[in-house]
Amino acid sequence: MSSQVIHGDAHGHDHGHDDHHHDSGQMTVLGFWLYLMTDCILFASLFATYAVLSGSFAGGPSGHDIFQLDFVLVETAFLLLSSITFGFAMLKMFAGNKAGVLGWLAVTFLFGAGFIAMEIYEFHHLIGEGYGPQRSGFLSAFFALVGTHGLHVTAGLIWMAIMMFQINKHGITPTAKTRMSCLSLFWHFLDVVWICVFTVVYLLGVL
Amino acid sequence: MANAHDTHHDDSHGSVKSYMIGFVLSIILTAIPFALAMSPMLPKNLTVLVIVAMAVIQVVVHLVYFLHMDRSKQQRNNVSTFLFTVMVIALLVGLSLWIMFSIHIEMMAK
Repeated sequence: MSSQVIHGDAHGHDHGHDDHHHDSGQMTVLGFWLYLMTDCILFASLFATYAVLSGSFAGGPSGHDIFQLDFVLVETAFLLLSSITFGFAMLKMFAGNKAGVLGWLAVTFLFGAGFIAMEIYEFHHLIGEGYGPQRSGFLSAFFALVGTHGLHVTAGLIWMAIMMFQINKHGITPTAKTRMSCLSLFWHFLDVVWICVFTVVYLLGVL
Repeated sequence: MANAHDTHHDDSHGSVKSYMIGFVLSIILTAIPFALAMSPMLPKNLTVLVIVAMAVIQVVVHLVYFLHMDRSKQQRNNVSTFLFTVMVIALLVGLSLWIMFSIHIEMMAK
């Protein structure tokens, strides 16, 4: 249902309509959460694959040779900062502050984009060195796992840009709130996955 | 109507304070494992244990302070589906590794 319809009806019509929307908004968020749980299983499969193949170097480099922890630490900082700035955007949204939402979303977007830019640089650098996914089982699993996370973050950035556009044009409508609640879950979920990535892949890989 | 909607949910939105607590805890729980990995000062086994423990704690911190999981009624569905997923992940990862490393060891022995 479009935002205009909800705004127009909210005045004169029965509460049943609003309650219905209210419930369906909550159901949408729960449904999105269930999708995220299936996404957890996707990542769990990739982590299991990585764990099995993490010693299959095939004469190629090990994690100790190619990972730079100071670089990964900056990536981690970007993602963590983007998580909290997204939280501030949500608080501004519930306070009805449109400019605040747009401002914090823009900051979040920049941190997320910085993270993706660093990841693309890292991948480009590794492939340039001849350490692409075809080099060894370890590198195949590495690119599959970290790349899948990167694709998710990229999808989140596209979604965030669309939300900024919609909120700027239509304001903070009930529909926008539902969508932002889903995006909030998605964004924080990706940060949780990244904790597992930097621990299992980078930190334990370097030891 | 919009106000009723807001107040109804307020407890599951978090606040600046709860986000900041989660943020500071996350910084600490990120700094310690990175420091241990970048300049090892503990025996290797202990280092691995500490790094993994910090990650588990940080995941819980994110779930509580950023994803607002708690024991409230509104969160019941989210928490129960999450716990189910944790079980599936444990089975998926744990049993896969068990099978694959058993194969590895058996094949080496022959």
